[in-house]
Amino acid sequence: MSTPLKASISVPRSKDLEVNGVKYNRSSSRRNNFEMYAWLFMRLSGVVLLVLVFVHLWVNLVSPEGGVEAVDFAFVAGKWASPFWQVFDMLLLWLAMLHGTNGLRVIIDDYAERDRTRFWLKVFLFTTSAFVILLGTLVIFTFEPCPAGADPALLASFCAAG
Amino acid sequence: MAKTSKGTLYRGQAHGQWSWVAHRITGVAIFFFLLVHVLDTALVRVSPEAYNAVMATYKNPVMGLGEAGLVAAIVYHAFNGLRIIMVDFWSSGTKYQKQMLWGVLILWVVVMVPFLIRHLSNIFGG
Ligand code: HEM
Repeated sequence: MSTPLKASISVPRSKDLEVNGVKYNRSSSRRNNFEMYAWLFMRLSGVVLLVLVFVHLWVNLVSPEGGVEAVDFAFVAGKWASPFWQVFDMLLLWLAMLHGTNGLRVIIDDYAERDRTRFWLKVFLFTTSAFVILLGTLVIFTFEPCPAGADPALLASFCAAG
Repeated sequence: MAKTSKGTLYRGQAHGQWSWVAHRITGVAIFFFLLVHVLDTALVRVSPEAYNAVMATYKNPVMGLGEAGLVAAIVYHAFNGLRIIMVDFWSSGTKYQKQMLWGVLILWVVVMVPFLIRHLSNIFGG
């Protein structure tokens, strides 16, 4: 996967596309640039993810007093009260999910040899990913930092002020 | 394999082979963690109690060691990913890809040592 060069795969496939004696198995029937854009996306998203992931780990795991022990509902409320962290976390969610999903798509193509197996594995992968991206995005933007009727001891200090 | 075939850039040569295997394994592991992580975070929409209860499980030492392993995987994947990108886009990338692998491993140690000191003392230091 790591290279746009043609892989020579010896297993014959039902939908082999043959051009001048070379078998192109990656995008079976369509001849378009999808794989090239996917390859480029892995690299561009990778560079951005490097920054986002390291900041994410620093802010939530390393820098809080006591590390992950400091993370609770009030901590999350404090972060998502700011649009900056909402957008930051959304970008991290989307890029990591798309990057990871495309990575797994390629891995399925590499190891699952039967067309039907590949097809169903990908249906499962894409359904799962779409669900997780949607759920995660909804959670970030419908979050209620000071839910009515909750135990005030569990909420961020700014909830008491209102 | 290394002796019988020149292979492609990433596969075939011994170090290229295992750095690629490690990149693949860490990528899959991080992805599966991410799925679980979005689900546990979604509990903030259920109630403060529900979210705090699941976070409490992350605070036990076994999970703490799991987090250390996860960070180790992410840091490797991130630096080796940069190396792959440099091999692909930098004109001398292929020439120095082996040296860059050493760079990846050294950076990994440089990041992991202070991280582990901080993280393990948070977990076990009470
Ligand atoms: C931290 C910054 C990251 C960088 C710099 C990075 C970089 C890369 C690069 C360059 C590739 C190779 C793509 C190719 O060969 O075409 C790759 C593959 C992959 N990445 Fe990442 N990545 C990062 C984070 C992540 C995250 C957060 C996940 C999980 C959600 C992930 C999952 C994967 C998977 C599953 C693959 C496919 C591996 C394979 O096919 O062998 N990566 N990454």
